[in-house]
Amino acid sequence: MTGFFTLLHKELLRFWKVGFQTIIAPMVSTLLYLLVFFHVLETRVEVYPEIAYVVFLIPGLIMMSVIQNAFANSSSSMIQSKISGNIVFVLLSPITYRAIFFAYILASIVRGLLVGLGVYLVTLIFFDIPLLLPLWALLFVILGSAILGALGLIAGILADKFDQLAAFQNFIILPLTFLSGVFYTIHSLPAGWQYLSHLNPFFYMIDGFRYGFFGISDISPHISLLIVSMCLIAISALTINLLRSGYKLRQ
Amino acid sequence: MLSAIEIKRVCKDFGGVRALIDIDLEILPGEFFALLGPNGAGKTTLINIIAGLSLADSGSVNVMGHNVITQYQQARRNLGVVPQELVYDPFFSVREVLLIQSGYYGIKHNNRWVDEIIERLDLTGKAHANMRSLSGGMKRRVLVAQALVHKPPVIILDEPTAGVDVELRQTLWDFIKQLNQDGHTIVLTTHYLEEAETLCNRVAMLKDGRIIALDSTQSLIGKLAAGNSVRIRPLPDRLPLALQPLKKSCTNGLYELRIDNYAHIEFILSALRSENIHIQEMYLQQPDLEDAFVSLIRNSGKKLQ
Repeated sequence: MTGFFTLLHKELLRFWKVGFQTIIAPMVSTLLYLLVFFHVLETRVEVYPEIAYVVFLIPGLIMMSVIQNAFANSSSSMIQSKISGNIVFVLLSPITYRAIFFAYILASIVRGLLVGLGVYLVTLIFFDIPLLLPLWALLFVILGSAILGALGLIAGILADKFDQLAAFQNFIILPLTFLSGVFYTIHSLPAGWQYLSHLNPFFYMIDGFRYGFFGISDISPHISLLIVSMCLIAISALTINLLRSGYKLRQ
Repeated sequence: MLSAIEIKRVCKDFGGVRALIDIDLEILPGEFFALLGPNGAGKTTLINIIAGLSLADSGSVNVMGHNVITQYQQARRNLGVVPQELVYDPFFSVREVLLIQSGYYGIKHNNRWVDEIIERLDLTGKAHANMRSLSGGMKRRVLVAQALVHKPPVIILDEPTAGVDVELRQTLWDFIKQLNQDGHTIVLTTHYLEEAETLCNRVAMLKDGRIIALDSTQSLIGKLAAGNSVRIRPLPDRLPLALQPLKKSCTNGLYELRIDNYAHIEFILSALRSENIHIQEMYLQQPDLEDAFVSLIRNSGKKLQ
């Protein structure tokens, strides 16, 4: 287990040492989103009765920052190590591929949680946000960031250069996040778009997370939990197999 | 006796290019072994397969009796590898890097040994410096230190002195010689043949993915270099009849004569004396690994062993 804890510790130190870039900066950009949307839409949109738009928006934005940072953490760590060549130090060591998987994923969860918590605490200063079922919210943050951590690891392993990683981020992760109901409830969408939203796993992460705050959601949180958990299991199995095969890591 | 490294019928292709062809090699504990060969011969590929950084298409490799695929954890615990590329983690200091590397090998409290290798590799002044700020030579030393954190019985160095200044090269070799005397098996690849010649007891030469020679360093030199020779410039410019069979070449009045042993020199001198020929210049030439290397690479059509 020492190998696993060392790799986890190293992965945590890696982002902690550049915390302005990895924690503070994403917090600031999320709060900017909030400021802009609050200013433009506050009086015009009502999503749920009794819940102001900005309050509805905050859990979505928190989850969005969690998702993006969890992905960024494992993907950038992996591709940097690959491109600079220092991944060799892990590959030469007796650490198991499972330990590598869990260390990277846990580091992604921790970074996701830190950014999410940071955004939440700052918004608390300005807004009164209910958190009716905190354990539900926490559960979805952990599951969501674990999925994105695993996706980041896959992207980091598959990408040969930063350009390809950026494509993965901009053409897959970002659209799935923006179209998952961060800014709206899917009930406001036309039927076709509603159907498509149900195929987006990010939708269940955000909807389930929001349920933790307000106790209401677009669909049953149990279904969201089931779907998100199954996604995590599938993506984890895929990632562990990728690590086991040595694809792109051990020629 | 248990082999330090045992390689059996290893083959490796890279997209149709045969990088290694049926490599069989056994390295015994305590050996100081050199892997030589021109660029692209397959040295680094072979090392990567031993280290588990690359997977062989067929064949097997054991390190201290542990298969590098099926028992990779035990195999890697017994192996320290200094990679050829100057790779480093820019987020950490020298000491942090070494403690992290210890942790990867499951060693929790390694401060004492880490401090010792830092001192022995002359890195004390840089122990808390970030890796980014180090010179190339310093980074190379850290790579060596990283390979040693878990005190592996087998150490592989892939061109450890490439791009390293002369003084540091000497320090490094003294340190590695000491490790070998302490019982570690050392395998190295190098382009500086004189290093392999002075340090290594056995040499394998690779070319185009095959081992074209495998022998003790001395015997290889003896076998392959065209023997010792002496070059003389006689006055007048002629060679006695008795010495004609020894003549290897003659350029601008400088004759190169083959000598099988040093007693031969006396024979040459007396033959010259008896015909009243004086010696203007004389040089004794000894074969070295460079000669062996060149002659082998040239004649690699024939397999020598």
